Amino acid sequence: MSASVKTREELEQVTILFSGDSGDGMQLTGSQLTTTSAVLGNDVSTLPDYPSEIRAPAGSVAGVSGFQLHFSHQEIHTPGDNPDVLVAMNPAALKTNLPRLLPNGVLIIDQDAFSARNLAKAGYEENPLDDPELGSRYQLHPVPATTLTLNALESLDLKRTVKARCKNFFTLGLVYWLYERPLEQSLEWIEKKFSRMPLVAEANRLALQAGYHYGETTEAFAVQWTVPRARNEAGCYRIINGNEAAALGFVTAAQLADKPLVYSSYPITPATDVLNHLSRWKHMDVRTIQTEDEIAAMGSAIGAAYGGAFSVTGTSGPGVCLKSEAIGLAIMLELPLVILNVQRGGPSTGLPTKTEQADLLQAMFGRHGESPLPILAAASPGDCFDTAIEAFRIAVRHNTPVFVLSEGYLANGSEPWRIPSLQSMEPIVVRHPVDPDGFQPYARDPATLARPWVLPGTPGMEHCIGGLEKHPPTGAVSYAPEDHEAMCQLRADKVARVADFIPELEVTGPHEANLLVLTWGGTCGAALTAVQRASEQGRSVAHAHLRYLNPFPRNLEALLGRYEKVLIPELNAGQLALLIRSSYLVDTLSFPKLRGQPFTVREIGARIEALLS
Amino acid sequence: MNAGMNPGPGPVKLTRKDFTARQDVRWCPGCGNNAILAQMQKTLPELGIPRENIVIISGIGCSSRFPYYMNTYGIHSIHGRAPTLAMGLKAARPELQVWVVTGDGDGLAIGGNHLTHALRRNVDINILLFNNRIYGLTKGQYSPTSGFGARTSSSPDGSIENPVNPVGIAIGSEASFIARTVDIFQKHMSGVLRRSADHRGAALVEIAQNCIIFNDATWGDITDPDNRLDHVLYLEHGKPMRFGKQGEKGIRLNGLKPEVVRVADVGEEHLLVHDERASEPTLAYLLSRMGPPDFPTPLGVFRAVDKPVYSQLLSAQVRGAQAEKAADLDALFRQGETWNVT
Repeated sequence: MSASVKTREELEQVTILFSGDSGDGMQLTGSQLTTTSAVLGNDVSTLPDYPSEIRAPAGSVAGVSGFQLHFSHQEIHTPGDNPDVLVAMNPAALKTNLPRLLPNGVLIIDQDAFSARNLAKAGYEENPLDDPELGSRYQLHPVPATTLTLNALESLDLKRTVKARCKNFFTLGLVYWLYERPLEQSLEWIEKKFSRMPLVAEANRLALQAGYHYGETTEAFAVQWTVPRARNEAGCYRIINGNEAAALGFVTAAQLADKPLVYSSYPITPATDVLNHLSRWKHMDVRTIQTEDEIAAMGSAIGAAYGGAFSVTGTSGPGVCLKSEAIGLAIMLELPLVILNVQRGGPSTGLPTKTEQADLLQAMFGRHGESPLPILAAASPGDCFDTAIEAFRIAVRHNTPVFVLSEGYLANGSEPWRIPSLQSMEPIVVRHPVDPDGFQPYARDPATLARPWVLPGTPGMEHCIGGLEKHPPTGAVSYAPEDHEAMCQLRADKVARVADFIPELEVTGPHEANLLVLTWGGTCGAALTAVQRASEQGRSVAHAHLRYLNPFPRNLEALLGRYEKVLIPELNAGQLALLIRSSYLVDTLSFPKLRGQPFTVREIGARIEALLS
Repeated sequence: MNAGMNPGPGPVKLTRKDFTARQDVRWCPGCGNNAILAQMQKTLPELGIPRENIVIISGIGCSSRFPYYMNTYGIHSIHGRAPTLAMGLKAARPELQVWVVTGDGDGLAIGGNHLTHALRRNVDINILLFNNRIYGLTKGQYSPTSGFGARTSSSPDGSIENPVNPVGIAIGSEASFIARTVDIFQKHMSGVLRRSADHRGAALVEIAQNCIIFNDATWGDITDPDNRLDHVLYLEHGKPMRFGKQGEKGIRLNGLKPEVVRVADVGEEHLLVHDERASEPTLAYLLSRMGPPDFPTPLGVFRAVDKPVYSQLLSAQVRGAQAEKAADLDALFRQGETWNVT
């Protein structure tokens, strides 16, 4: 048995990139390895990267779809920088992703896909597999995956094309063997997924097993690697991506307040899945409205909030542009609701499927007039859950629309999520006054400056609210100079006072140091990891992450003063840096990135090195 | 969700005074809006619905000041978007009676998309479209219903745009209730408003409204008391279409074309008979095309059909899901593969 002579090595962590045509099932393959690795006890983090075309021409570079997965024995915060392993299902995938593979990385290739036609489509003049350089730079494993899959499925009465499609499971099986992962989870998944198509289930099962056995028996793979389980906090876990986490967070917030959830949305990448999820959760008293456009989604969010529901509209940057006028109305009406922006590359249609963090200033200032509102941003896929709930707490406590910023990277990226205990969550207290005695629509709560959230249907409190400027506290239309000034000030003070209710900013690392890396949104993980590594090498550096972007935590100014330099990496041209500079006159060092991809740990690490050495 | 709801022991006795807000009405003296306001204040008490369960939502424009003058719940929202707020409100609170007040600019120009889709979805709301064929609040620019060639402050050489017909748009949007009335026809309007309020689903009521300042007498042919009866065709379900001072004229169908005939010449049995409940809107469309100079302007209910109502369907889907599956948040968290770390 050749399997018996194979050696076994232990690794701390592995980053693997599955890459193929958008019809090759790479997202599925990646998510299978994710779940299996997580169930095995590794910490995992993923980054899908796919084109915006549903099916770009097969075999073309434009149609390459990738799924990067990082699994580790340690706690991890990013989907990994450059892959240690590249699985390339065709020449286009190789061409696109080879430059990212680490030197001496493992390169698994479906050699059957390297036909003259596919090579031409990828723009290769010669077959790269014929170049001896490839094998000397990388641990090259050309595998006739298509042929081997067809051979394994020979006895099945299925069309050749259907059989060939199972090659992704063959490859998955091979990777399972390579990293010593059990097949059970995927076998169960296949059984459930194809329960109505037993023949297809059988085909995928056989392909998966054939891939595994191929690894076991072939001479080509001499080493089997293992990544021991991580020491995660005790509890029950599942894999979650940011969009599902946000959807769950919104439902949870509504449940904590004993309210229905109304979600109004127009489909837009990368936010659409929030609508898809919520439309399936009607049993939780979720009412989804797919509106005719983004403006309507915002309008109906206002209507639902006025009626007393927990109301959300979800979209991406271009949608926020359209909603802007109605967001201004929500600010003027002072109704509690949440606007979710799953950011993507812009401006205009920009990069629909790529990530960016360039809508912070849009959330902050993207309306006419003085129109402040609280802004929160999620730090990781799982954090979208907590951020969604926190947004509602603020919205109903202060009676204001609240922005939640997510990102394509968080929305589609996934990580293990410890299932929260409902008992440990504080209920969200909502008050609807019903006493008409002395009622004034724009009277203020002395602590929060919130106005009362009176519901239609309450006898004796009939009143009209609107977008015109008002007399405080009656809410009667007023164009008086002193009333406009007073109302602008009240609306600003109300949002500023949110700072009294949110936690102070905490720092990871030294209380004082030469450098503070300050982040917001999905840049958290890469920065935290880079700072930890630099600290291990004795650098004087700390990390702080802002969940609350408006208002900032009340200790932020004092905190910034304790560091000699402040570095702000963000996926934009320096938007947080601009806000920090203008708010505190702190000379921040902006570290912008606009490549449609998240920061790598190495990029931030190198910048820290450059600043401190 | 019913916090503050007052279902009441039975129909509530209210008067016009109950619906009159204390705010001073700031429309121009002689504006048709004043007459519409008076009819709404008179008609709403007759519905037997508690005042607090009525919400009036408007957009922007002269007509959209309406909710300030009604002692109900109200939102004066932004230009063209009132139907979207109404839809969200009905999703949250299907039991409320919701009115949308809009105009020809608000509802057919900037808000045309929302009007169309609110009608298509059959959201249970009443849309009152005040059509004065002009932009009043911005001082006299042509609107989507201004006639071709209309000279206005933004079309000094005559408008080069074709007007749209609100009833035609409503038909194209599959509206389940479509009616037309006139600001100063108090009794007729009251009847139409009541029919609209009683209708389950989206109702569009076009109200021919006079702008005394910028477009006076735009509906003059049907409001002129001396000749009104010659220029108005009152639609009544199941009745032959007759008009004229003595009802001496009628509408007959000649192939696919309507024609005006003398009843004495053709006999009443050969006249078109109005059928507002026809499953196909063919007749309603034919009527929507009628107007001066060759035809009378039809007033009344063009179409009133039963169709599934959006807000009811939405509630039914939620209730159905709730009956089928317990609202178990923890189970929702645990969807898919889970594992324990000890």
